Amino acid sequence: MPDADIDIAVENEKDYTGSKIGMWLFLFTEMLLFGGMFLLYSVYRSIHPQDFHNGASELSIMIGTVNTIILITSSLTMAISISATQKGSRNLSTIFLALTIILGLLFLANKCFEWGDKFHHGIYPNSAELLKDSSGKVLFYGLYFVMTGLHGLHVLVGVILLSVMLILVINGKNNRKDYIKLENSGLYWHFVDIIWIFIFPLFYLIT
Amino acid sequence: MYMRQKDGHIVSYGTYIAVWFGLLVFTILTVAVAGINIRVISVIAPLLIAAIKTLLVLSFFMHLKYEDGNLKMMLSGAVVILAIIIGFTFLDISFR
Repeated sequence: MPDADIDIAVENEKDYTGSKIGMWLFLFTEMLLFGGMFLLYSVYRSIHPQDFHNGASELSIMIGTVNTIILITSSLTMAISISATQKGSRNLSTIFLALTIILGLLFLANKCFEWGDKFHHGIYPNSAELLKDSSGKVLFYGLYFVMTGLHGLHVLVGVILLSVMLILVINGKNNRKDYIKLENSGLYWHFVDIIWIFIFPLFYLIT
Repeated sequence: MYMRQKDGHIVSYGTYIAVWFGLLVFTILTVAVAGINIRVISVIAPLLIAAIKTLLVLSFFMHLKYEDGNLKMMLSGAVVILAIIIGFTFLDISFR
């Protein structure tokens, strides 16, 4: 019964290309979401250059650089984990995926530390200390908290997503023949890395 | 057999490590350049470096280099739209 075989084959066939395109379409919407914020940042920066200059010099380049290195490295471990799955080595994939999650948590811990330090100095959205400052400075810190906060939220979502993927890799649901979920999660993780690649120079470096 | 994901191009670990090393070098470079106090360099250089790093992540980590033209075209479409939004906004605010 060749026809029946074909029917079963069609039923079982997953549309991997469609799946990947769907993920990219989602990433485009994310790009425009963050793009709008980068636009706000650039416009307000062009209106208040001195305040943004002063604001940026108050952020710790050290913490920013460490977090950049952490995220870049987590992108590496993520990519290696996918390659390992493609090659069929589940253990290696598991280890590197776990490493990616740990690095993501480390990034968030650093972020908490950094925010906590700012809170400690009385700088948080709408704080009395901040409102005493010029309007440009208020805008700078407003954008800083919203953009790094939204980015941090994305890292948190990524960590949760990758934890689910870790389970799927361990129990073999993600395997050499079918790893699209892991691959799409990887795309999301790398995208979050790219957002940070722009946040880092804009908030920490350009003074 | 039918369940097999067909489009998987396997990138070697070595390639990934090389890309990671490149990203590290660019990160150090961008921090170093930030110290230079010339207005144009201290704004343009970090953005240029960020664009190069993005290209590295997109091409290798996100496998865009190994995808067919469709995805690349879709991505360029999205980037063009973003560029139009940013460009036109700046046209607006700089000629008010």
